[in-house]
Amino acid sequence: MKILVAVKQVAALDEDFEIRADGRDVEADFLIRDLNEWDDFSLEEAVKIKEAAAEPIEVIAVCVGPEEVDESLRKCLAKGADRAIRVWDAAIEGSDPIAIARVLAAVAKSEAPAMLFAGVQSSDHSFASTGIATAAILGWPHAAVVSSLDYTPGAKSAVFRRELEGGLLHEVEIQCPAVLTIQLGINTPRYASLRSIKQAAAKPIEVRSLADLGLSAGDVGEAGSLSRVRRMYLPDKGRAQLIEGDAAQQAKRLADIIREFKGAAA
Amino acid sequence: MSGVLIVAEQRRGELRPVSLELISAAQGLRRAGDEVAVALLTTAPERYIDALKLAGVDEIITVKVRAAEFDPDTFESAIGALIAERHPEVVLVAHSVDSFGYAAALAAKLGLGFATDVFKMERIEGELVATRGGYGQKVNVEVDFPGRSTVLLALRGNVFKPPEAAASPKVSAFAAPAAASRSMAREFIELSAGDDIDMTAAEFILSIGRGIGEEAKVAQFRELADAVGATLGCSRPIADAGWLPKSRQVGQSGKTASACKLYIAMGVSGAIQHLAGMKHVTTIVAVNSDAEASIFGVAKYGIVGDIFEIAEELRRHF
Repeated sequence: MKILVAVKQVAALDEDFEIRADGRDVEADFLIRDLNEWDDFSLEEAVKIKEAAAEPIEVIAVCVGPEEVDESLRKCLAKGADRAIRVWDAAIEGSDPIAIARVLAAVAKSEAPAMLFAGVQSSDHSFASTGIATAAILGWPHAAVVSSLDYTPGAKSAVFRRELEGGLLHEVEIQCPAVLTIQLGINTPRYASLRSIKQAAAKPIEVRSLADLGLSAGDVGEAGSLSRVRRMYLPDKGRAQLIEGDAAQQAKRLADIIREFKGAAA
Repeated sequence: MSGVLIVAEQRRGELRPVSLELISAAQGLRRAGDEVAVALLTTAPERYIDALKLAGVDEIITVKVRAAEFDPDTFESAIGALIAERHPEVVLVAHSVDSFGYAAALAAKLGLGFATDVFKMERIEGELVATRGGYGQKVNVEVDFPGRSTVLLALRGNVFKPPEAAASPKVSAFAAPAAASRSMAREFIELSAGDDIDMTAAEFILSIGRGIGEEAKVAQFRELADAVGATLGCSRPIADAGWLPKSRQVGQSGKTASACKLYIAMGVSGAIQHLAGMKHVTTIVAVNSDAEASIFGVAKYGIVGDIFEIAEELRRHF
């Protein structure tokens, strides 16, 4: 039995960065890449289920992206994924979360997992859309923001809690296979040991093309997307009034602010 | 394709306030003859009619469904049918935990133009343009929806002010097709307080974030908060790590600092989810070693420096 974990290699901005000449993205040189924080938790959840299962479970990490995302997939292999799949084609460039979901759904169709996990959202663009769109394309039951999960591989249903706003949880039972988007804090992701990092480096990463998955260029990229980036620009941000000086001077001013507040409140 | 369809949210018998913000947001999209309709889905939607009789609403649509609370299959089926009947140009939902569970599915199934966490909408040369944040909110991203006759937008909360004036919109009932649901809601669970602190009532909060680095440092800040007379709060990573109880977490999935007037954030980077719980506070002081941290974007005062040094120096004054 398989559990498929969809992961994303996210990008953070370097301190100084430049917007690309076409104005639609940041110059790639200024992007610092890493595995999405949420995906650490969804991978860990899959690995925990595998370790507790009576029968053999294969945890498969899948990522849509060019060769550079191998780094994140290797991280997944080091943390317990059994296989890693990377899908790329130049036509995928410019895809929105829905077009990416179409690729992930095609991978899910070919692997036929018992469960699919994705992160609630990605730390870079925070769409919170890819996992649930994947479920819709597959026609699978789905739930978002899962903060605890009770699931035995092969079971017809799973019970989980959705984390709602304001410190409220909602317990729900769902039919399987399902797509669940996993929230931070559902578990404590493990660190990869040096040994597992070394082993992961030697493992193959399976590369799939659009044709391998039965998709065409029109399914992805701008043609397969439900939105298009027109422009990216720096916001006019409110900026805090900086308290200058050394730590003692800064703390003195902060103490004054606290006293002013207390005086006003009294 | 014309008009705006708003999907309002209720939870456990209460209309969620963000629903009303959508009504204000819709007004800027009106063109001549456009109507703004608000739909509400639950077992007894008529209970919410009076609360939705607000300026800017032309029609209230009650959608009676079998699920009392949010259910993805029910929502996708009913709202999908409503869109097919009404052909709105824009569908507005809140960017909320409920919409996380169905909006993307609805958009993917119906081929709707789609964007989430939108905080600005406008028409540029007649085309609908939505603005959202990118790269951890460091840039603004404008998106459009070429060729899409209906666009579904999930709007960020606390951006648009809810309408106050009352009105007398027409009321209609929409007969949603019966939908088979593949999930079954069981119960709501309130996070137990863990300690008897009510963050929503605290007027002065000293909050700690990832910047404190290790659990052993929590005690120092707890002592500092006590000394200055503040309630100790935290951002998500601290609660997730179990260093402070979940009841101390400020933010979207934690508590909103509703009564807070002075908020000192130490080592909190300012993720959008944390800001949702505190950015309204009049006086925010951010202390962070990273001058680029997002928290400085909402703070009134900023101290770029080592939080431990500042904490130590501050302690001397109390």
